[in-house]
This record gives sequence, structure tokens and C-alpha cells, in this order.
Amino acid sequence: MHDHPHTHPKQPDLEDSPFTQHQVMAQALEELLIEKGVISADEMRKGLEIVDAQSPADGARLVARCWADPSFESRVLEDTNAAAREIDLNVGGIVIEAIKNTPHVHNVIVCTLCSCYPSGLLGEKPDWYKSRAYRSRVVREPRAVLAEFGTFLPSEVEVRVHDSTAERRYIVIPMRPEGTEHMSESELAACVTRDCMIGVAMPHVLSTE
Amino acid sequence: MSTPKFTAGQRVRVRAAFPLGHVRTPYYTRGCVGTIESLAGVDRNPEQLAYGIHDGPSVPLYRVRFHQTTLWRSYDGNPNDSVVVDVFEHWLEADLA
Repeated sequence: MHDHPHTHPKQPDLEDSPFTQHQVMAQALEELLIEKGVISADEMRKGLEIVDAQSPADGARLVARCWADPSFESRVLEDTNAAAREIDLNVGGIVIEAIKNTPHVHNVIVCTLCSCYPSGLLGEKPDWYKSRAYRSRVVREPRAVLAEFGTFLPSEVEVRVHDSTAERRYIVIPMRPEGTEHMSESELAACVTRDCMIGVAMPHVLSTE
Repeated sequence: MSTPKFTAGQRVRVRAAFPLGHVRTPYYTRGCVGTIESLAGVDRNPEQLAYGIHDGPSVPLYRVRFHQTTLWRSYDGNPNDSVVVDVFEHWLEADLA
């Protein structure tokens, strides 16, 4: 064992990092709501906890059920929010519409205007989804953008980009990979990642070896 | 509540208008011809909601599909590649060509 003095690079505490104007206003609003008794601190905390608990595992569960049960998939395509409730997923009040990939059409979602995202099924959106680069390029050159994510589509497949410009959010139901015929629903769900449900990746069959 | 004017499969053109204020119709679609995929629903107009007008009329909202080769001068991909955009009815006119 040796014991030499060495310094660790100092990482700034949260309080020493710059706060933006909007962060200050959000904090002030939160404190005022609690101070004036509009909501309690516990209600605030619970609300954030619910939002933070949303994750792509929810969407993956929905997709796995679609793969296992074609009649469920029909209901998902008809009314995604209602079908999600059948499997105890409360995706909230914003309408989410599921779009199915086929051998002929590969779907990708974006919100060019801001970065609307199906958070009710996928949780927090990734930073790249919010970037100007993604928002402006994926409608203009989707194949180049997908290639940067390591996803290459044959030229015969139509790439269809969905720009959520109104109040609806979209989510992609990827195609079920080959070699998954004997999988349970939870094994199927493990193949489905966030990026597959945005459309920049395709599901992989996880090796069990 | 207005009855939707357009039906699935119908060709429509996005008006080449550039009004001030809160507008959701992307610039890249203005003046372009696409096809109605479906009626997404009938929603209140965000162009009014943005200014606190909550009692305005609801407007039919359509999912409109555009070929990439229509939207961009030098699109490099499958000519069937497309973009589907949610567009409010008052931005669309029938394309009779």
C-alpha cells in the first residue's frame, strides 16, 4: 500500500455553477407556491418523483405487449393512452399516438419547433433530441442522422419523419426482431430501448450466451 | 365546431403565408403540396391560445404527408421518403392540380 498525497480536480458544487434566469424563476415560483399554501412541499416532491419515475421501460412494456398480442397492438394504434391503461400505464393527459414500423416504412420522431416528446411513455428526453442539430437535420437528411446513430436503412425502405407540431406526441413501435419467437414478454421488453421508440435505432436481440 | 373540410388521401397545399405571431406550421412546408394522411382531431388553435384567447373556435388538425423531394431541392435518399406534419385546417387549401 502506498500513501502519496495527490489532489483531485475540484468539481464545483451545484451552488457554484451558474444559474440561468429561468432556473432562478422556477425556484422562486416553487418557493412561493409552497409559502402561500397553494401546494405543500410534500405534494411538490411527490409530483417530481412521479415524473422522475417515468422511463423507457414503460414504453418497452407497451411494445412487448404489442408484439405478443396483435389485438392489443390494434388498440394501441387506435388509442394509445387508453390501451396503455390496460397494462397499468398512466401516460397522462397529453395524447400520444403510436406509429408502427413495417418492412416498407421506418418511422422517426422529432419536434422541430421545440422538442415535444412522449415523456409519458419514455421519461426524460435526451439532450440530443432537444438540440438544434437534431431538430433541423432529421427532417432534412434523416438517413445521414440515423447513420450517425449507427443505424443504416436499405434504400428501398421509406424513411418517414413525424414532426409533432401540434399537441400530440408520437412514439414508434419497432418491428419485432427475428429470433424472438419463444421469448416471454419481459424478455421482449428488454430488447426495446428508448432510441428504438424514437426511431434512431432498431431493437437488438440480447445474446443469452 | 367546424366540420372537417379534407379527407384522407386528398392533396392539399400549405398556404405560403408568413404572418407574425405564434404559428406552428413549419416554414419548410409553406407553399408545399402534400397528402392528407388522417384527421388527427379537432383542437383549439395554439395561435390564439398563445395570447390567452381560450374561447376561440376549435380547428380540425390533419396529419399531412409530404415527399422529401417536394420539401427540399436536393434530397438525397429514397424518393418515397417523407415527412408527416400536424397542420391546422386554416393553413391548408385543396390542391386541384
